[in-house]
Amino acid sequence: MNITIDINGKDVTAAIEPRVTLLDFVRDVAGLKGTHAGCEHGVCGACTVLLDGEAVRSCLILAAQAEGSQITTIEAVDGTTRQPGELSIIQDAFCESHGLQCGYCTPGMVLAAKTLLQHNPTPSREQVRDAISGNICRCTGYVQIIDAIMLAAERLQGRNQPADGA
Amino acid sequence: MKSASFDYIRPDTLDAVCACLASHPDARIIAGGQSLVPMLAMRLARPSLVIDIAHIDGLSAIRDDDSAVVIGAMVRQAKALSDLLVATHLPLLAKALTHVGHPPTRARGTVGGSLVHADPSAEIPLVAVTLGASLRMRDAGEDVEFHAEEFFIGPMLTMTPPTACLFEISFAKPTCAYVGTGFHEVAARRSDYALAAAAAHIEADDAGVVQDLRLAIGGISDFPQRLPIDIHIDLSAGMADLGTSLTTAIDAALDDVDIVEDMHASASYRRRVAAELARRAVDDALREIAQDLS
Amino acid sequence: MRDKKYRFLSQPRRVVEDRRFVAGKGHYIADYDHADMAHVALMPCHLPAARIDAIDASAALAMPGVIDVVTGAELAAAIDPLMNGLDTPKVRRYPLAVGQVRYAGEWVCAVIAESRAIAEDAIEHIRLETTALPFVLDPEQALRDDSPPVHPDHNSNLLLDKKFVWGPVDDDFAAADHQLDFCVTWGRNSTVPIETFGVVAEWNAWAQMLDIRASVQMPKYADQIARALGLAGNQVRVHYDIDVGGSYGVKRGIKHAVLTGYLALKLHRPVRLIEDRLENMRAGDAHGPERKFDVSVAFDKDGTVRSMKMRALDNAGAYAGRAPFQLGKPIGAIVGPYRIGSVAYQAISVTTNKAAQEAVRGFGQAPTNYALETAMDRVAAFLDMDRLALRQHNLIKADEFPYLIPSGSTYDSGDYHTVIDKVMAAADYPRLVATCNQLRKDGMMAGIGIAACLEPSGGNASFEPLLNESNQTTTWMESCQINIDALGAVTARIHTTSSGQGHETLVSTVIGEILGIDPDSIRVVRPNSLESLPGNSPVGSRMAIMLGGAAARAAEKLKAKILAIAAHHLQCDAANIDYQGGAMLSANGRHITWGDIIELAHRQIHGLPDGMDPGLASFDIMQVPTGGDLPKDGKVHMYPCYSFEFHLVLVTFDPIIGKPEIRSYTIGHDCGTVINPAIVSGMTYGGIAHGIGAALLEEFAYDESGQLMTQSFLDYLMPSSHEVPDIQLVKHCTPSPHTVFGQKGSGESGYLGAPAAISSAINHAVAGLNISFDKLPIRMSVISDKIAAATQHRSDSE
Repeated sequence: MNITIDINGKDVTAAIEPRVTLLDFVRDVAGLKGTHAGCEHGVCGACTVLLDGEAVRSCLILAAQAEGSQITTIEAVDGTTRQPGELSIIQDAFCESHGLQCGYCTPGMVLAAKTLLQHNPTPSREQVRDAISGNICRCTGYVQIIDAIMLAAERLQGRNQPADGA
Repeated sequence: MKSASFDYIRPDTLDAVCACLASHPDARIIAGGQSLVPMLAMRLARPSLVIDIAHIDGLSAIRDDDSAVVIGAMVRQAKALSDLLVATHLPLLAKALTHVGHPPTRARGTVGGSLVHADPSAEIPLVAVTLGASLRMRDAGEDVEFHAEEFFIGPMLTMTPPTACLFEISFAKPTCAYVGTGFHEVAARRSDYALAAAAAHIEADDAGVVQDLRLAIGGISDFPQRLPIDIHIDLSAGMADLGTSLTTAIDAALDDVDIVEDMHASASYRRRVAAELARRAVDDALREIAQDLS
Repeated sequence: MRDKKYRFLSQPRRVVEDRRFVAGKGHYIADYDHADMAHVALMPCHLPAARIDAIDASAALAMPGVIDVVTGAELAAAIDPLMNGLDTPKVRRYPLAVGQVRYAGEWVCAVIAESRAIAEDAIEHIRLETTALPFVLDPEQALRDDSPPVHPDHNSNLLLDKKFVWGPVDDDFAAADHQLDFCVTWGRNSTVPIETFGVVAEWNAWAQMLDIRASVQMPKYADQIARALGLAGNQVRVHYDIDVGGSYGVKRGIKHAVLTGYLALKLHRPVRLIEDRLENMRAGDAHGPERKFDVSVAFDKDGTVRSMKMRALDNAGAYAGRAPFQLGKPIGAIVGPYRIGSVAYQAISVTTNKAAQEAVRGFGQAPTNYALETAMDRVAAFLDMDRLALRQHNLIKADEFPYLIPSGSTYDSGDYHTVIDKVMAAADYPRLVATCNQLRKDGMMAGIGIAACLEPSGGNASFEPLLNESNQTTTWMESCQINIDALGAVTARIHTTSSGQGHETLVSTVIGEILGIDPDSIRVVRPNSLESLPGNSPVGSRMAIMLGGAAARAAEKLKAKILAIAAHHLQCDAANIDYQGGAMLSANGRHITWGDIIELAHRQIHGLPDGMDPGLASFDIMQVPTGGDLPKDGKVHMYPCYSFEFHLVLVTFDPIIGKPEIRSYTIGHDCGTVINPAIVSGMTYGGIAHGIGAALLEEFAYDESGQLMTQSFLDYLMPSSHEVPDIQLVKHCTPSPHTVFGQKGSGESGYLGAPAAISSAINHAVAGLNISFDKLPIRMSVISDKIAAATQHRSDSE
C-alpha cells in the first residue's frame, strides 16, 4: 500500500507492506536512524517518537495507522530552529549531567523528557521518574538521567543557565 | 520480530467493519494496537486482515448520557484519564487508568481495545466488571449489548461475536448521594500487569448507609470477577469498624475463584494478596464516604 | 585538595561521546546500510534436547526473496569449531546446532533473504524433523552418572572441576571456636543490553578481505573469526568505529560473526544479522552465571573469620566458551576485603540443556561476593554480633597493604574502614536504624542491608592458565597511538569498540593532562583491527588502567620528544624546561612555542637533535602491571588493582504484599584516582540498578520441560526508573601504586555488591521469623509465601 507520513515536517511517501511498523518506516524508509529498535514488543521505549506531540512507541504502531499524524523524531526534537551540531536545551542538559552512557535509549529518553516538560514545566523528581518509567536504560540507573531532566526544566524556566553559554 | 503478512483496511463505518469480519473470519480489529501489535510482531496473532477502526466517526468521544457516561471504543486511555466526565462520575475508572501501562502506551491504547483484548490482569476490564458496564457492539447491522460481568470468559477470551465490533461502553453514573472508590494492584514493577488487583465502588445514601458495595478482583484468575459482599455498613457516625466481617466475606468469596499461578507468583500469593487488596480497596472507598459525610 | 594536582583529570568535564548520542547520531550496527544487504533470521528448535533427523528447506528456498538456507551440518563441514577456553575438545560449539539440539531455542538453521521479514516468513516453511532426547537442567543432576549427557562424545557433563587449598584450612577449621555451613544460589541473569547483538559481514573477493562490523565487546575478535573461517589474520578487518548499544560484558557475538562471515564468503553479498529480542534472549549466548554455593566458615567467638570452604557449582549451559572462567576471576579476590587466613575452593562447571552462558559484568565476582557477604551476615547472626562490627573486625586495615591473600593475589591499596565510616556518616546510620525500627512498629517488614566488596580490576588473564594448564596466556595488553599533525592537532587511536564507557573521553583527558592541552581539542578515533595495535577490549574492568595507562605512556613518550626538541632549540637541559601546553620556557627566559615545535618536527629536520626521526607520533603497548607470571602451586597473582565498595541500604516491604522498596541507598566507592567523575558515578549507579535487577527481578528461568519462560521483556523484568531509588554516592580515593595516576577500575562497580546488600536487607527484615531467602532473585511472591508459612507455623505452635 502507498502511504504518506509527515515526519519532522516533511511528507514521506512509500509503497510498503501493511505489516511495516512506524519504527521500521522511520528507520528504513525515512532513513532516520536516531530512533532505535530495542525489544520490538513495546516494553523498552528505545523506539519512542512523538506522535502529534505525545511520546509513543513506534514499534507498537503500524505505519499505516500513523498516516495523517505528525511524527517528530530525535532528529527534529527542537523543531527546525537549530543548526546541525547545535544542541537543544534538553539535549545539552543530558550532556551536562552525563545522563547516558551507550546512548541507545537516549533519543527515547530525550523525547519522553520533552513531552513531560511540555505538560509540566516544573516537575518533581518523582514526576520525572514516572514520565521515564516506560523507557528502560541499562547503563545509568536513571540517576543522572533524572538529574538531566531536572536541570533541563530549570534551564527552560530561565534558571541555572550554563556559565559560558556553552 | 516481524509480523506475518496481512492486508490492512480502514473502513469508515461500523457496518463495513462487520462486513470485513464476515468475509475474513480470521481478521483482527486494531484500535490503539498496544496489545495487538506485539502479538503480531511475535506472530502469536496472524490475521489475514487487520481492520483499523480509527477512522470511523464518533468512536473517539466521551458523552454524557444522563444516567450514564458513554465512552467510545476508540477513546485513548490518556484522554479518558484527563476527561472531566470521567473524573466527575467515574472516579474508579480515573483511579485505575493511572495504573494502565505508561504514558506512551496510554497515549495510543484505547479503553475499548483493552476491554476486547481481555487480559486477565488488565485494569479497565476490572473496572468494567466492578461498575457493571455495558459493552455495545455492532453485529450484522444490529446493536448488541453485553454486560461486563458476562463478557469475560477466559484469558483473552470474551463473548464478542465473530463478526461484531465494539463501538461504545456505557458506565452508569452513581445514583446515591455519596460515592467512594478504591483501587489497588500489585505488580512486580509498578507498571507491569497486575499479579493481583482489586477495585471497589461503594455508594451510600444521605444518611450514610451503604446501599451498594461493588468489589471485584483481577489478575488472579482467568478474568476479572465480582466478589459478592453482603454486609450492612453505616457510616453516619464516621468510619465504621467492620471487625472481621469484611475479611471473612472476602475470604468466603475468594473460595469460589479459580486462582492461577505462574513464575511470577504462586496461587497462594495471589489469593493472599487479592484478599488484602480487596480489603484495602473497600477501606479506601468507605473512608472517602466517611470523609465526605463529616 | 588532592584533585587540584590535575588540570583536567578528575575534574568535572563533559563526556565527548554524549554529543552525538543525545542527537541520535550514534553509529550503531543496525544503522549500517548497504544497498545489496542480505538479511538473516534464525530458526530455533523448541526442544531442550533432540536429535536432528532432517531439515527440509525446499519450500522456503522456493519463496521469492529467499537467498539461502544454511544448516549446522553445512557449517560444520566448512569451518572450525568456535574457540574453547577449557581443555574440552569434544565439547564443540558451532554457530548452529550440528546433529543435536542442546537447549530450547537453539538455532538450527539460518535463513538468508532480501529482507528480515521474508527471512522470518521462510522459517515457517522449513520442515524440521527431530527426535526428542532426554535432557537435564539442574547442575547437580547433571553431575550424576545417570544424567543425560549434553555432549555424548565428552562422556560426562563436567567441564571443569578444580580443587584448590590455599593455606592450612583443616587446621584452621579444627582450631576455630565455631563452624557454620550454608547454601546460596545466584540465579541466571544477565546484563541484557537494550540493543541486541548485531553484525554485518562483507567479503571483498578482489581484495580477499572480510569486513566485519559488529556491536561487539570481545577480546581478540578478529583472530577468533579468522581462525574459525580458516582465513589469515589480515584477511579479517573488524571495524571498531561502531557504537555499541550497551554490553556490560555480554556482547561477545562470536558465533554470530562466524556465521555471518561464512555467509558473506559463500554468497558474495553483505550479510546482516541483527538479533531480534527473541533470538537474543533464547540463544544469543548472552546468559550470565547461574551458580550454587556451598559454603562453610570457621570462626572464633570474637568474630574472627579464620577460614572458608567454598564449593561453587556453575551451570554453564549447553556449550563452553569463556564462561567457565567466570569461576576463575573470583580467585583473585576469594576472601573479599577480609583477613581470612585460608581457603578451600572447588570450582565446578557443568553443561546442561540451557542456553550457553557468556561473560557478564564482573565475570563471576558478583555471585561470589554475594556468597561471601551472606557468610558474614550468618556469622554475625550466629554470634549475635552486630553485622557491621563483625565486618570491621575482619576487614584488612589500611596499613596492611600491600596485602597478600591466600590464593596468591596481592591487593594493592585500600582504606576500607574509612570508606565505611564515611558511608555511615553520610547515611546517618542512627537515623537509618530509627527509621527501620519505626517501620517495623508500623507493621512493615524492614531491614538494613550491608555489603562490603572488591572489584578486581585491570583485567589479567591469569585465571586461564590456572584453570587450564595447556593455556599459557600471561598477558592481556592494551595499546594506544598518538599523532600530532602538521597543524599541531592531536589525534589518538584506540583499538576497541566502546559500549558507553566513554573511552574517547578517557583517552583525550589523559593525553590532554600529560601534554597540557585542552582534551576537547584532541580527537580520538577507533580504526579497524588491521590498523590497530594489540588490545583486549573493555573487559575485566580494565580500560581506565590499561587504555588510560597506554595513552598516558604514549603521551609521555611524545612529551619527551617535544622536550628534547625544545631543549635542543633552547640549548638547555630538558629537565630545566618549564613545560606548558602551547609554549615552553627555559630558565633563561627564552621560549619556543608549540607551533615552533610542530614546524620543527614536521618540516625542519635540520632543526631537530641529531638522529631524531621527524614527525610527532608515538605508541604504547602496555602489559598489565603486576601481571605476567604463570601459576605456581595453584596460586597466581591476578589483578593489579582492587577497588572497594560499601553498600548500606534500607529495604522495607509489606508482609503480605512482599514487594521490596528500597527506602535508602548509600554506596561508598573507592576506585583510586578518578579520571572522569561523571563516567564513574554513572557506571556505579548503573551497576547498582543492574544489581537491583539481579536481586529482585531478573532471571532466565526455565520450566520443568526445559522451556525458557522469560523470552521477552514482558517476563524478563528489568528495573525501570520506579525500581531504582535515588542513590547517595560517597567517594573516597586511595590511589593504586601500580597505575600511572593511581586509578583503579570502576566498570563493574555497584553490581558487585548491590545484590548482596539487598539480600542482606531482606534477610535482616525477616530474621525475627527464623526464615531466610537463599536464592536470587528474591521474588515478592516467595517473600510473602514464606512469611505467611512462618507466621502460620508460629500461630500453630502457640
